[in-house]
Amino acid sequence: MSKTSNINRVDGFAKVTGSATYSAEYKTAGVTYACLVGSTIAKGRIKSIDTKKAEWAPGVLAVITHLNVEKPAGYEQAKQRNNLGQPLQIFKDDSVRYYDQPIALVIADTFERMQYAASLIKAEYLKEEHTTQLEKAKDKSRNPGGDRAKDYNRGTEDAYKTAEVVLEAEYTIPTEVHNPMELANIIAKWENNKPILYTKSQGVEGTRKSVGNVFGIPPEDVEVHSEYLGGAFGMGLHTWPYEIAALIGSKKIGKPVKLVLHREQMFTNVGFRPYTIQKMGLGATKDGKLTGLSHEALAMTSNYEDFTEATVNMSRFMYDCANVSTKYRIAELDTCTPIWMRGPGEATGSFALESAIDELAHKLNMDPIEFRKRNHAEKDLEQNKPWSSKYLLDCYEAGMERIGWKDRKNKPGSVREGEWLVGYGMGTGTFGSYRNPTTVKAKFLADGNLVLQCSVNDMGPGTATMMTAIGAEITGIPTENVVIEMGRSGLPKGPTQGGSATTSSVGSAVHDACNLLVSKALGLATENPTFKNIPITDLTFANGSVSSKKEASKSVSLTTLLSANKLEELAVENESKGSEEAKKYSIYSFSVHFVKVLVNPNLGKIRIAHVVSCADIGTVINHKTSAGQMYGGAVGGIGMGLMEALEIDHRFGRPINNNFADYHVPVNADIEKQEVFFVNKKDPVSNPMGTKGLGETALVGMAPAIANAVFNATGKRVRDLPITLDKILEPIVATS
Amino acid sequence: MKNFQIIRALSSGSAVTNISKEPSAMFIAGGTNLVDLMKKNVVVPDKLVDITALDLKKIEFGTGQVSIGALAKNSQVAEDKSIKEKYPLLALALAAGASQQIRHMATVGGNMLQRTRCSYFYNTDMPCNKRTPKSGCGAIGGSNRMHAIFGASDSCIAVHPSDMCIALAALDATVFVEGPKGKRQIKFTDFHRLPGNSPEKDNTLESKELITSVEIPENNFTKNIHYLKVRDRSSYAFALISVAVGLDIKNNVINEARLAMGGVAHKPWRLTEAEEFLKGKTVSEETFRQAANLSMKGAKSYGDNAFKLTLGPNAITEALTIAASK
Repeated sequence: MSKTSNINRVDGFAKVTGSATYSAEYKTAGVTYACLVGSTIAKGRIKSIDTKKAEWAPGVLAVITHLNVEKPAGYEQAKQRNNLGQPLQIFKDDSVRYYDQPIALVIADTFERMQYAASLIKAEYLKEEHTTQLEKAKDKSRNPGGDRAKDYNRGTEDAYKTAEVVLEAEYTIPTEVHNPMELANIIAKWENNKPILYTKSQGVEGTRKSVGNVFGIPPEDVEVHSEYLGGAFGMGLHTWPYEIAALIGSKKIGKPVKLVLHREQMFTNVGFRPYTIQKMGLGATKDGKLTGLSHEALAMTSNYEDFTEATVNMSRFMYDCANVSTKYRIAELDTCTPIWMRGPGEATGSFALESAIDELAHKLNMDPIEFRKRNHAEKDLEQNKPWSSKYLLDCYEAGMERIGWKDRKNKPGSVREGEWLVGYGMGTGTFGSYRNPTTVKAKFLADGNLVLQCSVNDMGPGTATMMTAIGAEITGIPTENVVIEMGRSGLPKGPTQGGSATTSSVGSAVHDACNLLVSKALGLATENPTFKNIPITDLTFANGSVSSKKEASKSVSLTTLLSANKLEELAVENESKGSEEAKKYSIYSFSVHFVKVLVNPNLGKIRIAHVVSCADIGTVINHKTSAGQMYGGAVGGIGMGLMEALEIDHRFGRPINNNFADYHVPVNADIEKQEVFFVNKKDPVSNPMGTKGLGETALVGMAPAIANAVFNATGKRVRDLPITLDKILEPIVATS
Repeated sequence: MKNFQIIRALSSGSAVTNISKEPSAMFIAGGTNLVDLMKKNVVVPDKLVDITALDLKKIEFGTGQVSIGALAKNSQVAEDKSIKEKYPLLALALAAGASQQIRHMATVGGNMLQRTRCSYFYNTDMPCNKRTPKSGCGAIGGSNRMHAIFGASDSCIAVHPSDMCIALAALDATVFVEGPKGKRQIKFTDFHRLPGNSPEKDNTLESKELITSVEIPENNFTKNIHYLKVRDRSSYAFALISVAVGLDIKNNVINEARLAMGGVAHKPWRLTEAEEFLKGKTVSEETFRQAANLSMKGAKSYGDNAFKLTLGPNAITEALTIAASK
């Protein structure tokens, strides 16, 4: 363990004392307040919209609708830019494409006046028939195109059907919403015809690009600030209509506009994990060798934009199986576009795959871990490449020991603690380990500080802490002397925070820039009289000074070096990207969640008695922030397993539980004991630090672990999430 | 949110006088429900009369009863040493409700007046006879997992959401009110009402009446009691079904029983038939199961809430068993 591997979160103090500035908190002179009024139908046209009362209400500065909007230049230029289709063009015309779609923007001088004026807007509609139910759109499903969504086949199609033991089952996950504590929010303003945004985004550069597209201006002309995020879980991966609305409003009134969504709007306007129906077909020999696997998924998208995720892809490589086929389809519904939510695709896919594996193991009367071990993939059969590293078996062992797997019986309902039925379950997760090109500027300052700059931001995992640790590790500068500047445009370009790629991408760039900076310092030192005739290879940099390796007494501080050369700073800006060597390997993180549940069959109550989450994520850069991520991901998975579902009344096409009282996520009292474990072995090729990703895989596999544990406790197999008590309330019958 | 006036009353008399002047005026105490409803334009009063300065916060133990001021906080009552000792069922029920932060704000009177959590009631774009008479009931034929199985009508299947009130119904409490026509008392079990054709009325309070206190008679339900709340998560969730049980057991024989259910009707649902049945019976799971089945007579489900027909008797049996084993 290195010196920096357990440092505290560097922005922890700022966050808990409230001094960290989130988007809507930036002090902005002359700021005005805006909100969006949503449609009350799910599909149709706006017949009329009465904004007069609102316009005349006290303090109102503007009411913008499709009737009076000055359309952004990019609306006309917009084409299908990629397979994600076209984001909703707010106020473009009178069409209503989903319930609560913004139909008006109200801006006033105070928050209260804005709220009041918004309540005065009345619209009439020409209603059209809507479809918000995926089951009813099945007929119109289609392959969305694109490489990752292609139909996949290895070996013989449908080979599973002729296996000795066959399992076929259908699994459903409902719509789940991200709903971070910090609401979607923005302060938008224009200076010299250029937009400036303080907004909740997971990618400063991505936001610049999409805002530039909408307004027909180059991304370089878009200034974005998004340093701190109060969680995002993926909802910040898209530039949403509310952000464009605030910019349109600010442009119109010539003042800064602050717009914070209502909590209800967080359920309807900023994406969600899509409702998905999956069909699994698995076949195995009697002694537990998988011989065929088929995985089909049908997921929802909106009626204006294609959304896809890698729901079925995990089934292609997770197990050693010669015959595998996958199909992925989407169908349009009259809702907002989904967006990747933590563990996207894989979280959904793993529920089907890992439940089905458990079901098949049960049919084989085999311990589900033994079954998995017999089908352990020694290499990636999808890409036909070796794994860069894979310590999944270590995760199984660690989890089994910690959860007390030896107390598990294969026969459901056969373990009790007092009145409670006891069940043990597990589920495997995985997520690709990506690395995106990233530029970091590293600077030594005369005051002894190391400054690291990158436009990447930190949605909570501890990116600044990771950068600090790596920078300190490479340069030997104490962590308290490392200054991070991040989360805004104008800094060297960093990646979007997503796909568990930030540490690999930004960490590597910090690593490389700091190494180059040390070399540059050593180079500068060779010109110093103290080191006359000493080759650079005999110089070393430590504790803020350059010294001779052979004569330690020969040492010059960086401060002295800088002033001797009349320099204020020594800087290196460098772009890092993945190596050619890495392309030869398949690089994945792996996780295994173990769950012990206690079930009261009479009440259907499920208690999460113990959770152990184990992960192979390569090198662990920081144990505290990594454990924090793993705890959080596991809790998110527990919510997915037991509670989360956006309920829609399909008669109206409207959600009915779009608030935090009715949309449940777990509370502390729901999880009695939780542990995390990291293998912490360096990946030899992923990147210089040997890390793999964590944020996504921290959630993947938890929901099936719970479903499997509930089955083990009760004999009741729940294939549609969440596992609410009504689904297991039936009398308990032990199955053999 | 619509603009409104707010004035602070200094006596219950002046509170009633003030509120009588304005047709849409309402009392406000903790505001934990009313402010939410105002933010969502479900309730749009022109004037609020803040009653938090009134001297109605005391918990007074007299001979044969306790009187709890309408402005006593939920947490204050739940944590009161003597309440815990003499009326532990009430303390348990209170602690099961909301969150500690809300319990610190919410008052006893306000708790009695909280509106249903039916989603259709809260969303002004949806039909709801309780919010907008004659607009229809969204929950019938819609999403009704939380909804009533007893005493509902064609115009409303919403449930009363309070935990505290279930215990107060079981404990034969009495509500004291003061209004333009003077003071009167209402039996707690008559305080809330069934929806019938006028679901907009949650209770039998008359216009501009103010709850001043709740009185609970002394009883023997201090040991074999339980408040079982079945919900979708362990805290901060409304009851799918709750059961308040008070048993007076001597030598394994039930002298007297009190049973009430929450989450099943438009009002706290007192199970008097089961109470009668249990009287004089020896404690046994079989007896409890019989009492539970007896309690379910007339239960009717509406689709999503069909599970309550199974959960109901199971929860009653479980609550009785736990209470008896204490």
